[in-house]
Amino acid sequence: MRRAAPVLVVLLGLIALWYAASVWMNATWVYDQAARAGESPTLMEVIPQTMAQERPLLPPPHQVASRLWEGLAGQAITSKRSLVYHGFVTFRGTMAGFALGIVLGVGLAMAIVRFRVMDMSVMPWAIISQTVPIVAIAPMILVVSNQLGIQGREVPKAIIASYLSFFPVLVSMVKGLRAPDQMQLDLLKTWGASEGQTFRKLRLPASMPYFFASLKVAVAAALVGTIVGELPTGAVEGLGARMLLGSQYGEPLITWAALFASAILAGILILAVGLVERLANRRMGVRA
Amino acid sequence: MKIGRPGRRDDGVKDTLSQPVVEARGLNLVFQTADGPVQALKDVDLTVGKGDFVSFIGPSGCGKTTLLRCIAALEHPTGGTLTVNGMTPDEARRKRAYGYVFQAAGLYPWRTIAGNIRLPLEIMGFDRAEQEARVERVLELVELKGFGRKFPWQLSGGMQQRASIARALAFDADILLMDEPFGALDEIVRDRLNEEVLKLWARTGKTIGFVTHSIPEAVYLSTKIVVMSPRPGRITDVIDSPLPRERPLDIRDSREFIEISHRVREGLRAGHSDD
Repeated sequence: MRRAAPVLVVLLGLIALWYAASVWMNATWVYDQAARAGESPTLMEVIPQTMAQERPLLPPPHQVASRLWEGLAGQAITSKRSLVYHGFVTFRGTMAGFALGIVLGVGLAMAIVRFRVMDMSVMPWAIISQTVPIVAIAPMILVVSNQLGIQGREVPKAIIASYLSFFPVLVSMVKGLRAPDQMQLDLLKTWGASEGQTFRKLRLPASMPYFFASLKVAVAAALVGTIVGELPTGAVEGLGARMLLGSQYGEPLITWAALFASAILAGILILAVGLVERLANRRMGVRA
Repeated sequence: MKIGRPGRRDDGVKDTLSQPVVEARGLNLVFQTADGPVQALKDVDLTVGKGDFVSFIGPSGCGKTTLLRCIAALEHPTGGTLTVNGMTPDEARRKRAYGYVFQAAGLYPWRTIAGNIRLPLEIMGFDRAEQEARVERVLELVELKGFGRKFPWQLSGGMQQRASIARALAFDADILLMDEPFGALDEIVRDRLNEEVLKLWARTGKTIGFVTHSIPEAVYLSTKIVVMSPRPGRITDVIDSPLPRERPLDIRDSREFIEISHRVREGLRAGHSDD
């Protein structure tokens, strides 16, 4: 409870700020309407009208919450209007991109640590790759994969997600695989360990804390990548498509509900990764 | 306490001295560094017999660790000859001649104590049952019986170092090389571990190379004390200890012990006056 108190205070502060901003932003429309009707309402009359508009500039928290609830629990989860359905589509894409990113990141890190030439050639490109905005690359990946005859969006979405998620894994794993000090390497040498044994018995287990730390970043990056992959026109499924739909049809509530749904999804994913990390730590004897 | 006659060893060790365990002739090692070549070892001649307990003592930079690393094939001399059991150090390593103990225990935090000791056995391909049997045996040897399932952080520094000695003993290397193994421990723990190392040495009959910069430690443990000096790293004196193999802690108050300590100190000082 003592740990929750500061968090709650900050949360309440944010909500208060949000309400104030909603009043301020949505009031413009109320005043416009009133001016057209030749009225001049007081502030006390305006405030209630900023709280329940059809298409508010900035929907207040309770409107977003009720829309979110409706999207999550208000319909069959197979419905095209259900956020559970769209969330699951995004979740599937995220997992595929996350897995691909891990494979790519770990594989490249292994090659970089093993071969000096890889270190010199691949690493700079990996860094440059992250300076290119993903929103610029995403449509190209979609077009190319379409051209190659790949049906649907699953594969290109996974590629876009892995484009973001492989990088933290790569950087951490390079550091982790190089974590063992000279003494530990010397020790293995005196036992005549092969390179494969050095990798399996020392480098790989030594890199695990780095690996799990990077997973939390990577899973969030994969989610962002997936949502970006759902944005380009033509997507009909996924939280990204919902967000775009909301903004295209001037329905900010749809966008905001999808936004919060993706935040909830991100929270769940990070909690899940943290749980896996805790289990692995226990198995590896980390002090509780 | 009665002290044996100097130089007397009635345990038949002399007979096996015919082939030295370690033999170095005119050993030189030059490191190429950014600041130019550094002579780490210069004209080192050394013979270590089977069952000897050899200490290497000297100030930092005298090459004592480097010499030990050469013997273990972790460094390669740039001149002279070095044989271990009549082979090159690399060949000897492939024949599992060495157990190496560093100053830090270097246990893997993700493995239990037993798991750490099992590590060299896994690498060398001992079968499961053999691994378990050996782990049990060496745990007993270093008085850590019952600690096999603990993780390293659950043990004190002294116990961790004992585990690392057990790890070095697990695969029956006949040469145990120890690089300031107790340098990071407090004096009381150190005394106790020194006694235990002597007991271990008596029970296993291994040849031990021991790097230290403590004069009492070197004199207490060794049958042969190699005094070294820096810039360039070289041997200034080799002292064959007249102390008996059986050494209670209070031997350190005996006249012989003080005399040897004195000679070691003189040797160290002589090396220093050169620069």
